[in-house]
Amino acid sequence: MVALAAIEPEMSVQSDYGMALDIREVSHHFDLHGETLPVLDRISFRVRPGEFVAVLGPSGCGKSTLLRLVAGLDRPSSGTILADGEPVVGPDPSRIMVFQDPTLYPWRSVWKNVALGLETRGLLKTRKGRVDDVLRLVGLDGFTKAFPHQLSGGMAQRAALARALVNDPRMLVLDEPLGKLDSLTRIAMQGELLSLWRRSRFTALLVTHDIEEALLLATRVVVLSGRPARIRAELEIDRPYPRHRDDRALVEQRQKVLELLGLGSTW
Amino acid sequence: MSEAVADGVQGASASDTPSAAGFWTVGALAAVGWFAAAGVTVAWPDVYDLDYTPLLAWLQAGVGVILVAVFLSGRRSWRFGRRIHYAGPWILVLGLVFLAWQALTAKLGLLPRPFFCAPQKILAAFVDDWPRILECVYYSLRLLVAGVVTGAVLGFATGVAIGWSRLAHYWGHPLLRFIGPVPATAWLPIAIFVFPTSFTASMFLIALATGMPVAVLTWSGVASVNSVYYDVARTHGANDRFLVLKVAIPAAMPHVFVGLFMGLSFSFAVLVVAELLGVKAGLGWYLQWAQGWAAYGNMWAGLIVMAILCSTLITLLFRGRDRLLAWQKGLLRW
Repeated sequence: MVALAAIEPEMSVQSDYGMALDIREVSHHFDLHGETLPVLDRISFRVRPGEFVAVLGPSGCGKSTLLRLVAGLDRPSSGTILADGEPVVGPDPSRIMVFQDPTLYPWRSVWKNVALGLETRGLLKTRKGRVDDVLRLVGLDGFTKAFPHQLSGGMAQRAALARALVNDPRMLVLDEPLGKLDSLTRIAMQGELLSLWRRSRFTALLVTHDIEEALLLATRVVVLSGRPARIRAELEIDRPYPRHRDDRALVEQRQKVLELLGLGSTW
Repeated sequence: MSEAVADGVQGASASDTPSAAGFWTVGALAAVGWFAAAGVTVAWPDVYDLDYTPLLAWLQAGVGVILVAVFLSGRRSWRFGRRIHYAGPWILVLGLVFLAWQALTAKLGLLPRPFFCAPQKILAAFVDDWPRILECVYYSLRLLVAGVVTGAVLGFATGVAIGWSRLAHYWGHPLLRFIGPVPATAWLPIAIFVFPTSFTASMFLIALATGMPVAVLTWSGVASVNSVYYDVARTHGANDRFLVLKVAIPAAMPHVFVGLFMGLSFSFAVLVVAELLGVKAGLGWYLQWAQGWAAYGNMWAGLIVMAILCSTLITLLFRGRDRLLAWQKGLLRW
């Protein structure tokens, strides 16, 4: 708690805006050709309002499934998910999922893509200016008329972030949004994501398999086991922002996470 | 082969870009060719009676004059000039074809008559029979538009329904599979019996021919939409109506246009067949009527008009697509 004081100013503002998340005993399985494939096994953890929680785990362990349940795109086989105390029964623009691929609509201009959430809720007429604001925020104000195929990978993912932010979400559900970017773009985007979070006060739940990314961004890291995923550990990352990759404490944490994932001896 | 042609065209244009407008060899040859065709037409006596030999010669000379005008005017400085320049090799070859055609038919009488008629005969059909041709274009167009629009709208709605709704898929899919492959013209005896007029019967057949490919392609377009597109819309608060109208349909539009292209092509075939039976005007009827009178000049004229009509309609469709699907990368240009 001592280290938390360093980020105290943002945290206190965030707590009255971001969404609280309570995942209770959530299990999930898929039915594949008549067979049951368990993917999540009694997952429980809480996310405080305004917190940035990263979920780490081996690939294919069910991290993305967990996020889809939180976003309300699928219903869990058992257990409950509470968003601000209310059970999640479907998708809602207050908790928006950002996908690994930008998945912009290729038939819409960047501006129209970003305006998506306002359009679905009938707010486009009254809040047009919001679209321009967030485009400026992510540095795409010169590309409003461009079509997605004219954007680079980083720009497309920034447009996808803008599309989420235009709704003033109280929680962002991030499914490896930087996973397919080249390493330089990725480092730049980690910084941008962090400053967006610190400025906009939303709660963030990030799935990633990049340990460094999790440690640089998150206030807490949840480590999952292989499929079916169980919670291995929860680590508080009490380091002030902006963090540095070679911070001793982070390097130690990284070693700990690698051991939790069964990769301790390789480093 | 096609590369060689492209090379030839590029070679022709490359040769005169840099050096002060250069000498347009192809253009000069084309002008000479068209004047030669005019000369042959007018100076070499016909072996049989033809009405419009002087008019044809004037028209061919007219093409030559236009070529000379373009040749002298700095053809790269205005739009028409650039188009003529680009079409140069084609114009040259067409001039030679007219020359040879003239010689082989009217002048030497080598090709069997009346099927291989002289170009004057086709000209005569246009000059003497244009009111009837125009009337036939009007009737064909009216029937075609009524049938194609009906078929496209119904096919599109059916395709969206089958692609989107499980219930519509359950009932619609077997019908589409069972009826779809049957050529629309096979319904002709039934259509004539069921529908009160030959116009509505023909319209039904054209609508059927257009609607089937539109329905199938729309359905496949809607069914193949990347499911993440729906997830994105849902997480941003979209309802089902939005998913259909603003996600599924726009995503399926490239498929829909393939269906429209196929449907429109099929509709031409059905139009001709439908007009061969029981109508009193229309291009299909005109072809049969001309053939009945052994007026092969008129028949060829009808075919030319039909080619112009069909290719214009297809071009219009592609224009519409280019406009609507401007977002697509690497569109095929018609």
